[in-house]
Amino acid sequence: MTGFTLPAAMPLYTMATSLVAAVLIFALGETRGRARTVVNVAAAVVKLLFVFAMLVAVWQGQEFEVRLPMGAGLELLLIADALSLLFITLSALLWLLTTVYAIGYLEGAPQRARFFGFFSLCVAATMGIASAGNLFTFFIFYELLTLATYPLVAHRGTADALRGARVYLAYTLAGGVALLAGIVWLEVLGVDTTFTPGGQLDDHDVGPALRGAYWLLIAGIGVKAAMVPLHGWLPIAMVAPAPVSALLHAVAVVKAGAFGIVRVVLDVYGSERAGAEGLLLPLAVLAAITIIWGSVRALAQRDIKKRLAYSTVSQVSYITLGIALGGPVAAVGGLVHLVHQGLMKITLFFCAGNWAETLEIKRIDQLNGVGRRMPLTTAAFTIGALGMIGMPPVAGFISKWYLGLGALQAGAPWAVAVLVASTLLNAAYFLPVLARAWFAPPPEHWHERFDGLRAETLLALLIPTLLVAAAALAVGVFAALGASPLAWAEFIIREEYLP
Amino acid sequence: MSVPGPSQWLVLIVFVPLLAAVAAVLWPGRGAGRWLTVLTGLLTGGGLLSLSARLLDAGEPVTHALGGWPTPLGIALYADGLSLAMLWLTWVVMSAASWHADAYNPAHGIDEALFRPLWLACWCALNAVFVSGDLFNVYVVLEISTLAAVPLVAIAGGRAALTAALRYLLFALLGALVYLLGVALVYGRHGRLDMHGLEITPEPAMLLAAGLVTAGLMAKAALVPMHVWLPPAHSRAPAPVSAILSALVVKAAVYLLLRLWTWTWPELINGAAWVLGGLGAVAMIHGSVLALLQVRLKRVVAYSTVAQLGYLLLVFPLASLLAWQGVVMHAVSHGLAKAGFFLAAGNIMHLLGHDRLQGMRGISGGPLALTMFALALSAVSLMGLPPSGGFLAKWLLLQAALEAGAWGWAALLLIAGLLAAAYLFRVLAILLARDTPDPLAAPGSDRHVPTAMAWSALTLALGSAVLAFAGEPLLRLFSIGSPDIMTGSTGP
Repeated sequence: MTGFTLPAAMPLYTMATSLVAAVLIFALGETRGRARTVVNVAAAVVKLLFVFAMLVAVWQGQEFEVRLPMGAGLELLLIADALSLLFITLSALLWLLTTVYAIGYLEGAPQRARFFGFFSLCVAATMGIASAGNLFTFFIFYELLTLATYPLVAHRGTADALRGARVYLAYTLAGGVALLAGIVWLEVLGVDTTFTPGGQLDDHDVGPALRGAYWLLIAGIGVKAAMVPLHGWLPIAMVAPAPVSALLHAVAVVKAGAFGIVRVVLDVYGSERAGAEGLLLPLAVLAAITIIWGSVRALAQRDIKKRLAYSTVSQVSYITLGIALGGPVAAVGGLVHLVHQGLMKITLFFCAGNWAETLEIKRIDQLNGVGRRMPLTTAAFTIGALGMIGMPPVAGFISKWYLGLGALQAGAPWAVAVLVASTLLNAAYFLPVLARAWFAPPPEHWHERFDGLRAETLLALLIPTLLVAAAALAVGVFAALGASPLAWAEFIIREEYLP
Repeated sequence: MSVPGPSQWLVLIVFVPLLAAVAAVLWPGRGAGRWLTVLTGLLTGGGLLSLSARLLDAGEPVTHALGGWPTPLGIALYADGLSLAMLWLTWVVMSAASWHADAYNPAHGIDEALFRPLWLACWCALNAVFVSGDLFNVYVVLEISTLAAVPLVAIAGGRAALTAALRYLLFALLGALVYLLGVALVYGRHGRLDMHGLEITPEPAMLLAAGLVTAGLMAKAALVPMHVWLPPAHSRAPAPVSAILSALVVKAAVYLLLRLWTWTWPELINGAAWVLGGLGAVAMIHGSVLALLQVRLKRVVAYSTVAQLGYLLLVFPLASLLAWQGVVMHAVSHGLAKAGFFLAAGNIMHLLGHDRLQGMRGISGGPLALTMFALALSAVSLMGLPPSGGFLAKWLLLQAALEAGAWGWAALLLIAGLLAAAYLFRVLAILLARDTPDPLAAPGSDRHVPTAMAWSALTLALGSAVLAFAGEPLLRLFSIGSPDIMTGSTGP
């Protein structure tokens, strides 16, 4: 090993950047907006630097680990392995951009200290989920994420916002209960719940107890991953401000769910063992149902954000499907989609936010000709939408290619049919939107609120949007390079399947 | 004069607050009262440090025979892990609530000359309960705690507070009477009253005695079905008093239940374990559902106490070291969180002048920012979500239940957690609402929450969160001297 060694507690320090930011933002209060912006951006940048340093170190083979005994044999364990870093890098990168976006979006809105405080707390919790080294730690941060997102969903304080937040809470807390029961049950059964490539089942007999615990875990995590029929909260939580939706859909919440399923299947039960015991096929079928159902429901939506929400329901289950198909190629497709879906979906939400903020466009039928008034935003949306459909060379194509190959390799050709059907449905609900935006005649006059701006909308909104769109394109075009998410996903899967 | 050794500290932590209470009668001024309280806190705090060090060092309980007379002739003081957990809880809650009262009392016209001696006497009595090892002594000090607490409820004046206090007195006195009857039966049969040395076997008279003592204590602990006095008393009392009532005073009676059923008559536990656990379950569900229906903030919190006390009784049917650790952790973390919650509720009332939930829409922020944090953090601990002592306690109890294959108890714990989340998030949602003008933005409302009131609430809330991270040493301390029936050395 050449170069440098980082302290073993790096995951803790990286999480601390967001935690300290949260405390500082709360302490600064509502009035000191400039200082808050500095703290926000500085913390996000420092965190990103830490994460890049860890990426290099992990690639070179360094291992990170922090332990804190909690009594009664319980242990808070933070690690940073290749899989952690996939999620950490995504969330750190998108946090920076979402923060800039949110600062622009909430300009002049009330209760910004509270908003950004919980926003940072949310990212700290996500970081904890990503770097959890065992199920106990995972659970702590999983619940913390629920608590930190609640005030964000409720942020506007209207009756609708509170209702959305209540539904969100009811789903996620109930999911938390199932997860808790599953984890404690596993501990009682004597299964070590430290995440290890290949799983921890060893010579345990997979009886009804281990199966029961597995389904409790999947049900608990499936709520956040928005698997049908546990997805009901996601469209309702759409009342939140656009940066929060971006956070829920691309960076934190649903990703935490998908990531949790990856951890449980690969690192607790073990992909091979779970497949051999017949635990994976039902999961794959559930994921397939979710993929189709989400797309069908998306077709029926007239509200832009609602349509995107159902699209998330569908797309996040690609990750689950990839893991549940049970072969290395499909797993690569699932993992890489964790990043790809994040980039594409955040692009789409940023664009929806730009339209809503600039021209007060909320519904699809209001989008006529928006491409002429806001060409850059609309172009970004086009990239995201084409990526979701799976059009090369955007990122989504890479995911689908690997998933399809993986399905064939795993002997599940039906999954290819699901992917094809989903692609057609995606096209059916995205292409008309694009056609309307680019080719339909614009209305007589747009809302004039932002006239006089040099760009089509505030730069704080436009620049992050363009950056994420470019990233969604770049990870697809340059997927073959050594530093792409695809290469990293392959690196993870090599470790998982050839430990 | 030499520094007192750990066993002398057992005496001092009782007598320091007692002397301070007497001194507070002689010097009734506000300044004197405050200094007496600080002095009490410093001395008893030092004593607790010394006792904890000794306990952790030796790994076994500390005892002290008063006047050098051994039991059963003399009276023994005794401290193990459970005692220290409760003593520390008392210390932290009394200190924080005293700090809160420094600002709260003058603002709400509470008579210092009356308040301070009662307050310190209550502190003394609580410490005494937690180091007593004798059935009759415990009766005396428990009565002192009640007789100090009742006037504290009524101290702010007003018809409602007086009614609530009288109802509380009625229940407490009846409870004491029934308790004493049971003790008399025990004394008549065995001729001694030290809780540890008595060897009570299952026979009709002793079953009756155990039933009477338990019923008496349940009335004092407000365990379902004898809880009706608690919500009015705890919600009408001034905020610092509500805090110590819910966190400490009712818990002293539950503490005794734990002691008696594990030390004095563990042989009677078969069968009774399920009855006690069942009552706990009813309390958990009933209290939570009623908390969900309240329209006033302090009554929500008071019903929450009824529910949370139920958890402590689960130790009987689960009977394992894990359950024991879980219950002690729950007692401590509930004490901190509940006291923090009551102080925070007091801060809101201080600004708004009422505690009607509908009048609190959208008040989070501004002068109440720190108070809101205290409220939210306490709530997280009360619903048993991480990171908090409440979470650690729930985890331990759940693990104990699943290890015993007791699915019913496990389900109960999970459901009770969800119910707690329901009634607490109902409150938090109201505070986050923004559909009406901010009640605090009304003209002429330039009032603020004094630093002492905001930070005392926040300190307690933070304490209950930090408990989770100190779980390792704390659980080790709590387990010292845990009863045989829990560690599985003997018993069912």
